[in-house]
Amino acid sequence: MRRNKTPDTAFLSGDEALAQGAYESGLAHAASYPGTPATEVLEYLSRFPDVQSQWSVNEKVAFEVALGAAIAGLRSLYASKHVGLNVAMDPLMTSAYTGVNAGFVVVVADDPGIHSSQNEQDTRLFAKVAKLPLLEPSSPAEAKAFVKKAFAISEEFDTPVMIRLTTRVAHTKENIEIFPRASLPPKAFKIDVPKYVMVPRNAYLRHIDLEKRLVKLQAYAEKTALNTVELKTRTIGFITAGVSYLYVKEMYPDASVLKLGFSFPFPEKRIREFARSVKQLYVIEEIEPFMEEQLRMLGIKVKAKHPSFRIGELRPEFIPEIVKGKEKREEPSSARKPVLCPGCPHRGVFTVLKKVKAVVTGDIGCYTLGALPPLSSLHSCICMGGGITFFEGFSRGLGKNVVGVIGDSTFVHSGITGLINAAYNKVNGLIMILDNSTTAMTGSQPHPATGVTIKGEPTKKLILEDVCRVAGADNVDVVNPFDLNNLENLVRQRMQEDKLSVIIARFPCRLIDRSRQPAPEYRQAACKKCLLCLSVNCPAIRKTDDGFIELNAAYCSGCAVCVQVCPAQALVKRG
Amino acid sequence: MVKNNGTVNILFCGTGGQGVLVAAEICGWAAVFEGFHVKKSEVHGMAQRGGSVESHLRFGKQVYSPLIPRGTADFLVSYYRDESLRLRVFLKPRGVDLTAELDRADGSVADKRYINVFILGALSRHLALSEGSWFKAIDAVLARKNPEENKKVFLAGRGEGL
Repeated sequence: MRRNKTPDTAFLSGDEALAQGAYESGLAHAASYPGTPATEVLEYLSRFPDVQSQWSVNEKVAFEVALGAAIAGLRSLYASKHVGLNVAMDPLMTSAYTGVNAGFVVVVADDPGIHSSQNEQDTRLFAKVAKLPLLEPSSPAEAKAFVKKAFAISEEFDTPVMIRLTTRVAHTKENIEIFPRASLPPKAFKIDVPKYVMVPRNAYLRHIDLEKRLVKLQAYAEKTALNTVELKTRTIGFITAGVSYLYVKEMYPDASVLKLGFSFPFPEKRIREFARSVKQLYVIEEIEPFMEEQLRMLGIKVKAKHPSFRIGELRPEFIPEIVKGKEKREEPSSARKPVLCPGCPHRGVFTVLKKVKAVVTGDIGCYTLGALPPLSSLHSCICMGGGITFFEGFSRGLGKNVVGVIGDSTFVHSGITGLINAAYNKVNGLIMILDNSTTAMTGSQPHPATGVTIKGEPTKKLILEDVCRVAGADNVDVVNPFDLNNLENLVRQRMQEDKLSVIIARFPCRLIDRSRQPAPEYRQAACKKCLLCLSVNCPAIRKTDDGFIELNAAYCSGCAVCVQVCPAQALVKRG
Repeated sequence: MVKNNGTVNILFCGTGGQGVLVAAEICGWAAVFEGFHVKKSEVHGMAQRGGSVESHLRFGKQVYSPLIPRGTADFLVSYYRDESLRLRVFLKPRGVDLTAELDRADGSVADKRYINVFILGALSRHLALSEGSWFKAIDAVLARKNPEENKKVFLAGRGEGL
């Protein structure tokens, strides 16, 4: 059957569909910090003039602003990737105590398989820890439908509601029906000190309310249409949630399925009933044994995946393997690794840091690619802001050979506190802000130091050099990262001084500023085949079979990093 | 010609910057305009940086999994030969590997930026999607990137026009 063509059908990703659903629900405020695979939620919402949307400085700030807006009476939404929620855990935990006023939805996109993250933590566990209801859509269409339910649940039970997406929901596109927006007046705000002032006695009483709320939410889980039973053959049944449900449907279309769209609190009665109705019961879920452990606590006989399948994302063809009780076979990845773009301003910085043989504490962004060979000049990457704080920690053990690097957006996100800490605690040495004037890795989002909002409007611009001075840096230099000689001399000097120094290496990302210089001239007669030009790992330079090199002028941006590392003047700048 | 009642599975692959995701997006929209249920799954974040890029596109009456199960792809549309070698395991036994179309494109597409759309034209010969749906999709996805020129290249890839 073909569906009728309607002008109101769009082809949206899970992030976009969820955002559209929130918009249709009367969403009035949304805050986020960019992070794959959650970025497109706010990017989509930013198009609506009747939604106050913002890129916040970081996730903690985003969560607090969004929760505040909900308490003040506006339907509000927070979105981040899984590790972003770590930054927002402080307000998240206590938001379960205060509750909301107007609906508040916390959207978190997990990255099973670690496509673009530093770990693959499972946000479902956080819902349990924070005692918040959890919805798990399996597809973009469900993401849209579920967010509408989430706002209703949030207001009915006076609680933040968590929606967990994963990469294969957030970044899958599907046909989506577009509907008009609900018109909602703001909810009245009343000063309510026992509810919103979490001092010990108030918080204790709110904890009592929270536990009562969880009992009510569990009763809701037993009857909600978010949880569905499909009874087919009784020989095999699956309990599943999220995208895993779709893999089960793909591979076992005739099996009975209990799908938990509302997966915390757990609907115990429905689960027991379903378990009784099938002969062999399996639980299928990605990453952590979240449902499995709850099923075992209930004493339900269920088969679950081998623990080796807790690593990485599931795929449809894994489901029969899991059913057979097999171990996961790890295959070596043959996928091509990403590389810094031609003309990337980070290339010059890592070329210099390699030359001075610094131990480099890194951070999260495109520049983390400086760790890959042959640049191999970034030596730690754990979390946002860590470029500076690990610089301090490493310096305490290793002395002056350490350089901390951090991006401009990351510095604003959580690097400033580390710089203040380093100054306050009398650490000397060199920190570099690799300022490409955008949040590049997630697709060029603006941030406070760009002076532009999510809606493209001009705003107050944060001046990074002023911030560094005020935070306590003794020296603040702003340099062009493509002048390798100057950069190297300055780096060597600042590393040796008994001062706390910041070098801001400033040049816009090639994806926001596509201007370019002509490609250098390659004089093969002068080439000594030393291949030092390949050490900068530029995609525009390729070794040929006869040991010389070839420049791809279509890729080349004319940054001339290769020209500066060539000892034989075989690469010569034009013009 | 693939029948309309089963799910059609197309795996697009290549490397960052080749227009792999744009090609899959156009094909996805064309299937939406044709009235099919469509799912398209891919990974963003590293796509601009030269790494492997793959997009799973599935359409039919009702599509469940966003990922094509290994060994069931009807078509492999590759913009990079090494990537086809890596991902050929996704093809079903009599699945169609369109990697050879790259040679035809090399010979007939002057501006390399249009290779992705040329190969879509080649793919279109195998799919029950009308030219009108394809053109609407090109208009929708490439509105600011010379849709008329792209339609010409599409027809050339399809073996018509030019």
